Amino acid sequence: MPGHFEPLPGGGAAVALDEVEISIIRSLAVQLMELIGPGPAEDAPADPLAELFSDGPSEPPADPVLRRLFPDAYCDPEGSASPEQAEEQRAYSAEFRRYTENDLRAGKRENALAVIRSLDALTAAGEGVAVLKLSPEESRQWLGALNDLRLAIGARLQIDDEDDTEVLYRLPDDDARKPMVMAYLWLGGLQETLVATLMP
Amino acid sequence: MGSVTSPAPLEIERTESAEESFAVPEPDVPWVTIVHNDPVNLMSYVTYVFQTYFGYSKDKATKLMLDVHHKGRAVVSSGTREEMERDVQAMHGYGLWATLQQDRK
Repeated sequence: MPGHFEPLPGGGAAVALDEVEISIIRSLAVQLMELIGPGPAEDAPADPLAELFSDGPSEPPADPVLRRLFPDAYCDPEGSASPEQAEEQRAYSAEFRRYTENDLRAGKRENALAVIRSLDALTAAGEGVAVLKLSPEESRQWLGALNDLRLAIGARLQIDDEDDTEVLYRLPDDDARKPMVMAYLWLGGLQETLVATLMP
Repeated sequence: MGSVTSPAPLEIERTESAEESFAVPEPDVPWVTIVHNDPVNLMSYVTYVFQTYFGYSKDKATKLMLDVHHKGRAVVSSGTREEMERDVQAMHGYGLWATLQQDRK
C-alpha cells in the first residue's frame, strides 16, 4: 500500500511510508506551521489572558499562501460590486477576520502538529518502510493538514485554474518546479485515499 | 436671527439624506454561504466536507460539489448572517473558498 491509505478494521486508516516520504511530509508540515505562525496580533502581549482576548488581524495576509488559507469572507469574485458595496465588503471582511483568523490559524497549526507528532512516533519505532496507523480523529487532522499543504503548494506554484494544472503535469524534468509538482501530486494521492476511508 | 435659523434646515436636510443613503438590509432576506471553485481542492474532499459539516446526503453533497466544479460556485447553506458567518468560518477551516452575502434573488 505505498502512497495510499487503506481503511483499518474498526475505524482509522493506515499507510506505508519510507524514510524519504516521512521526512518530506514532516518538513512540509513544519514549514506550514512556521508560515501560519501565531498570527500578527499575538506577537505583542506577554499576558496570556490578554492574548486570549486579543483580536485577530483585520487586513488580508500579504503572503499568497496565507491569503488562500484565510480568504476574505465578504467579497464578490465576479467583481460586480459597486465601489460602495466593495468598500462595505472590505469593512465586513476586516471585522470577520478580527474575530475568526486567530482561531482558524490555531486549528490549522494543530492539524500540522498532529501530523508531525504521529510521524515522530513512527520514526522512533521503525526503520526503512514503516506503517503509519491513524485513529479516526488523527485521520481527520491528517486530512485537514494534507489539504492545507496542497493549498499552500498550489498557491506557490500559482495554480489558479484547471489549465495551470495541465501545464504543470507536462513540465520537463529539468524544470525547477518539478519536485514541487511531484510532491503536490503525491500528496493528492494520499489525500484522495485518506478521504475515501473517512467517507460517511 | 438669520444666523440662528439658517443652520436648522440644513441640519434637517442632512439627516434626511443620511437616512436615504444608509441602506438598511431587509431583516427577513436570508443570507447565503457560497463555495467557489478552485483547482486544488479534490472533488471527493469537497463532497466529504459537505456531508460531514452540513450533514447532507451523498447525493445532495455530490450535486453541490458538481455545481461548484461546473458553474464555479454554489449556494451551500442559507440562514441568518450569524449562522452564515459560522458556516464560512468552518469552510475556511476545511480549506474551502467560501463567502457569504445577502440573497438578492
